[in-house]
Amino acid sequence: MDSVVLQAENLSRRYAVRSGLRTETLHAVREVSFSLKSGRTLAVVGESGCGKSTLARMVTMIEHPDAGALTIGDTNLMTATAAQRRTLRSQVQIVFQNPYGSLNPRQKIFAALEEPLRYRDDISASERRKRATEMLAQVGLRPEHGDRYPHMFSGGQRQRIAIARALMPEPQILVLDEPVSALDVSVQAQVLNLLADLRKQFSLAYLFISHDLSVVRHIADEVLVMYMGRVQEQADKHTLFDNPRHPYTRALLSATPNPDPAVREDKRRILLKGETPSPMAPPSGCTFHPRCPLAFARCSGESPVLLEQTQQGGQGQATEAVQAPQSTQSTQTPQGGQEQAPQAPQAPQTGTGMASHAVACHAVEESR
Amino acid sequence: MSQAIQTPEATQEARQAADEPLAPRRSALAEFWSYFRQSRGAVIGMAVFIAICLVAIFADVLAPHSAIEQNREALLTPPFWQEGGSTEYLLGTDAIGRDILSRLIHGSRYSLAIGCVVVLLSLLIGIFIGLLSGFFGGTADAVVMRLMDVILAFPSLLLALTLVAILGPNLTNVMIAIALTQQPHYVRLTRAAVLAEKRRDYVTAARVSGVRTPRLMLVTILPNCAAPLIVQAALSFSTAILDAAALGFLGLGAQPPTPEWGTMLAESREFILRAWWVVTFPGLAILITVLAINLMGDGIRDATDPRLKIG
Repeated sequence: MDSVVLQAENLSRRYAVRSGLRTETLHAVREVSFSLKSGRTLAVVGESGCGKSTLARMVTMIEHPDAGALTIGDTNLMTATAAQRRTLRSQVQIVFQNPYGSLNPRQKIFAALEEPLRYRDDISASERRKRATEMLAQVGLRPEHGDRYPHMFSGGQRQRIAIARALMPEPQILVLDEPVSALDVSVQAQVLNLLADLRKQFSLAYLFISHDLSVVRHIADEVLVMYMGRVQEQADKHTLFDNPRHPYTRALLSATPNPDPAVREDKRRILLKGETPSPMAPPSGCTFHPRCPLAFARCSGESPVLLEQTQQGGQGQATEAVQAPQSTQSTQTPQGGQEQAPQAPQAPQTGTGMASHAVACHAVEESR
Repeated sequence: MSQAIQTPEATQEARQAADEPLAPRRSALAEFWSYFRQSRGAVIGMAVFIAICLVAIFADVLAPHSAIEQNREALLTPPFWQEGGSTEYLLGTDAIGRDILSRLIHGSRYSLAIGCVVVLLSLLIGIFIGLLSGFFGGTADAVVMRLMDVILAFPSLLLALTLVAILGPNLTNVMIAIALTQQPHYVRLTRAAVLAEKRRDYVTAARVSGVRTPRLMLVTILPNCAAPLIVQAALSFSTAILDAAALGFLGLGAQPPTPEWGTMLAESREFILRAWWVVTFPGLAILITVLAINLMGDGIRDATDPRLKIG
């Protein structure tokens, strides 16, 4: 059940961007490592332009990484032959953000669902149709929907069709590139629940790209926080949401609206200064330092390394140490003491999580 | 299929089913027709076009006279409803006594052939070059597009004229020459549409699901580029007929006594004040044909674009 189906090590992707006469290099993704296990969901969060979608495109073999290693099953994609890549294609499928652009307007639903199976000699036309009909039922659509065109469906239905199409080649990994952010909130929950059911049923591994943390909290097992192409923090869901270490993660979490007024009252938003720097000219050292409330001299000099956090002993201390400078610097938190009160009882709860918790931050590093 | 009819959605579907025979596996042609007939203009256009095609096929049976036989007794006879006209020559005769109706009936063969061959030829060349150029891009794309710019920079008639002069004046060469001057339009249209479509997510999704490049180009992308091509084809059908007529007028197209409509029009321009029927009827024939084809082209575009279908 928990077998590793995809292993990414130090994946990087650069783009050459022409501006006038000069050609500049844009580092979309830098040295990202993670692994996907079947039946588990890894969520990748971050703001627009942080490299989430590039990561998704590399995992789906739409784009080739410039450096690093990507292993799907037992095959290293960087050294795979064309034939091997072709067979691997069916292992990783993708669901796009916009269900209005991801379905061919001239293709009936059955044709779209059957297309991935056309290249399999062992499946007859009638068998293809049978599987397509079954898959429609799986995603909650009726068989007669298969004879219609995409424009006859609502956004939620289209996304169900896109999911069905992605599942037709029987993949092990499903990359979900913001699958619900284009949908109405009422439909989001339905699609998320469908995804959760399908994951269990087909023991799929999900790579879930999102900027919506409440959605991530609902579906993810592990979370990867990215900022300007780098992983800033990586932990299992409970650890990350209850005990975020990286100042960027904290800012992200505090920006998520919370419907519970009791929680909302004592949770102040951490407002980041300035804007995301241009990815063409990233800041020196830690890319987050110009906006970081904890930044000190070392941050602008060297780039932080993703370091494993020790789970026992010093953990509570570390949390306080990180929080102290933050509350003194931030004008939004006049009473620093009160802020820690709700977090204290949560700390032991997170300690039980076995998954690793890695953070790339000098402040966290030094406070250990 | 017929379970849970009670839901409001299902009843709405039942209403739709009453409007159109929505059998589960209706043939593509039947489906095309059910959408096509919703536009009255398109149906009329198609009816006229079919009529013209039938006239062309059965020209030998329908024509009351020979197309090239001259009757010295009846030069410039007016149509039958005018004074001096007779039912012998329903639409009158031309300057050397040939029956205009018969010439028009036989001429439909040439005009339709010119239109069809030119459109098909330029469409095929244009789609082939445009698809490759748009899909792969790069240096080859840049070179091809500059070449097309050069062709477009020439006045099309002048270029066709030069080509016919080189190839030799006959109807086949006229068709080749006009097709060559018209194909840059198709290349540009196809390339632009392919460039827009190939970035869409559904193309990426098809690629991820294992669709190979030739199928991706021809089956996934090309049908979504069809709308502007169909309109351009319908419009250039008429341009082709008119260009062929112009070349005929300059003595490089259909050679007399071939009853080609454009050539007839050109031959009779000196009688425009004396004998209106000699000029008017070939002109009307071209007008009606072109109009019918344009209406039909619009209808085909609408019927083949699922986004415009009533869903």
